[in-house]
Amino acid sequence: MAATQVIRSEWTKIRSVASTVWTLSLAVVVTLALSMLISALSANEFDKLNAQDRSDFDPTFISFAGMTLGQLAMIVFGVLVVSNEYSSGMIRTSLAAVPQRGTFLFSKVAVATGLALVVGMATSFAAFFLGQAMLGEHRAQLGDTGVLRAVVGGGLYMTLIAMFSMGVAAMLRSPMLGLGILMPFFFLISNILGNVDATRKVGRFLPDQAGSRIMQVVTPVGDDTPYGPWGGLGIMALWVIAALGGGYALLKRRDA
Amino acid sequence: MRSSVACMIELEGLTKRYGGKLAVDNLTFTVRPGVVTGFLGPNGAGKSTTMRMMLGLDRPTAGDVRIDGRHYDRLTDPLKYIGALLDAKAVHGGRSAHNHLLCLAQSNGIPARRVHEVLDAVGLTAVARKKAKGFSYGMGQRLGIAAALLGDPQILMFDEPVNGLDPEGIHWIRHLMKSLAAQGRTVFVSSHLMSEMALTADHLVVIGQGRLLADTSMAGFIAQNSRSYVRIRTPQRERLLDVLHEAGITAVESGSGVLEIDGGKPERIGELAAQHHIVLHELSPQQASLEEAFMQLTAESVEYHAHTDTPARPWGADWQKGD
Repeated sequence: MAATQVIRSEWTKIRSVASTVWTLSLAVVVTLALSMLISALSANEFDKLNAQDRSDFDPTFISFAGMTLGQLAMIVFGVLVVSNEYSSGMIRTSLAAVPQRGTFLFSKVAVATGLALVVGMATSFAAFFLGQAMLGEHRAQLGDTGVLRAVVGGGLYMTLIAMFSMGVAAMLRSPMLGLGILMPFFFLISNILGNVDATRKVGRFLPDQAGSRIMQVVTPVGDDTPYGPWGGLGIMALWVIAALGGGYALLKRRDA
Repeated sequence: MRSSVACMIELEGLTKRYGGKLAVDNLTFTVRPGVVTGFLGPNGAGKSTTMRMMLGLDRPTAGDVRIDGRHYDRLTDPLKYIGALLDAKAVHGGRSAHNHLLCLAQSNGIPARRVHEVLDAVGLTAVARKKAKGFSYGMGQRLGIAAALLGDPQILMFDEPVNGLDPEGIHWIRHLMKSLAAQGRTVFVSSHLMSEMALTADHLVVIGQGRLLADTSMAGFIAQNSRSYVRIRTPQRERLLDVLHEAGITAVESGSGVLEIDGGKPERIGELAAQHHIVLHELSPQQASLEEAFMQLTAESVEYHAHTDTPARPWGADWQKGD
């Protein structure tokens, strides 16, 4: 069983269902629209900020504000790519055609990851340039220190979020269960853990909080985060490896 | 070239246990090429579980299945060895029939033109670009069969293929299975209907509660199991029984004054009755149907009895007595 055959097959699968198009376009549209809106509002508010807030002002990070919502569409993309196989019963047909379950899962993840990377990277660059246009005189330049790293990092962040969702979906199988756990987790629980003093130290090791560190260019005064931008992305990558490893282990063992 | 021995399915002590329940219990048999092998058993007998294990989808608790002498997951491009229709609904509804078959073809290195060939073979060319969720059950069944034929395999496996098909579809699939076997392929088809198997299968494997009950040729099964008997009704029952007893013929009472004589000749019994001036109201040769033979064979192993022997009591009859 040549892996290239399976990758071609998975590419046919992913491009022939409507959910791929609508989840990814939603991720782009929501991220860009919200990033532009928040960048425009921040530019207007800048004059009212005190000296402390002005020194913490991070125009690059602000232009990625839309990702908090846009990532939810990436999560839906990642979950559906995997769990569609189960909800439709297609998994039995797929595994009869490709009984090497590791080849099957990792070809699927590779194709979906490639697509998420292209869309995520394009979205990140677009969000940056559109956001900076809204910020006017407070804008950052791509050549400024740390800015290119943050913009590339934004694309990687979107990709890793999709990969993490694929791993979780491979473990849970049901799309409703997958979305029912991941959506509130990233939209609510992670935020709550990160904003309550007692849990902040735990919260910042969650995949989204650790990973989004790479999009920051200006480190706020008094920040005691124990990892840097790449360290944070590394923590997120570990979550991804754990989720995909768990998904693979269960797929390998379970009856289809 | 593959030899004919190579396209066999061999099961050896195949066992599957779910929790404390044995779904498949120590099955050993071989499915051979050139004939249609019927896999018969009542609902819940373990047919689908057995077929899923043959395809490596479910892991056996014990025992082994070999296709072409190898485990399923050791086959390179398995669709070229064995094509299976397990569940017509195992398709992503949002994908077109063409793309569904194309992704399967690509995964096994099958050329894309085969997709058009099999769509044509099952009569779905006109709806090839339509989404599968709009398909009727029969069309879904045809799409599943197209997928099974995709790799031009030597072994084909169909799980209850006639279920939900219209008469034209049923006729088509019977003809398809026979012609595939006539080409020297191995055809393994499951059903819970003996009458269906009698029309298509050359060989029979019967299971009940996961256990092998019979592995025999269709002709052998018919010869063995189609009981013929003579049915008699008479107002002089006792007298006839005495006469028959003297003649060395055993009669069995089967309720409401009817006597049955296994393998008896109606001529001989009629003559005996006439000699002794016994009035007969009925004297008829009977043949038990294959369906009855199958039911008898699996009687002890049927999991879900309808309990027709116990008269239904009105609902709540017990507690309404109020004691």
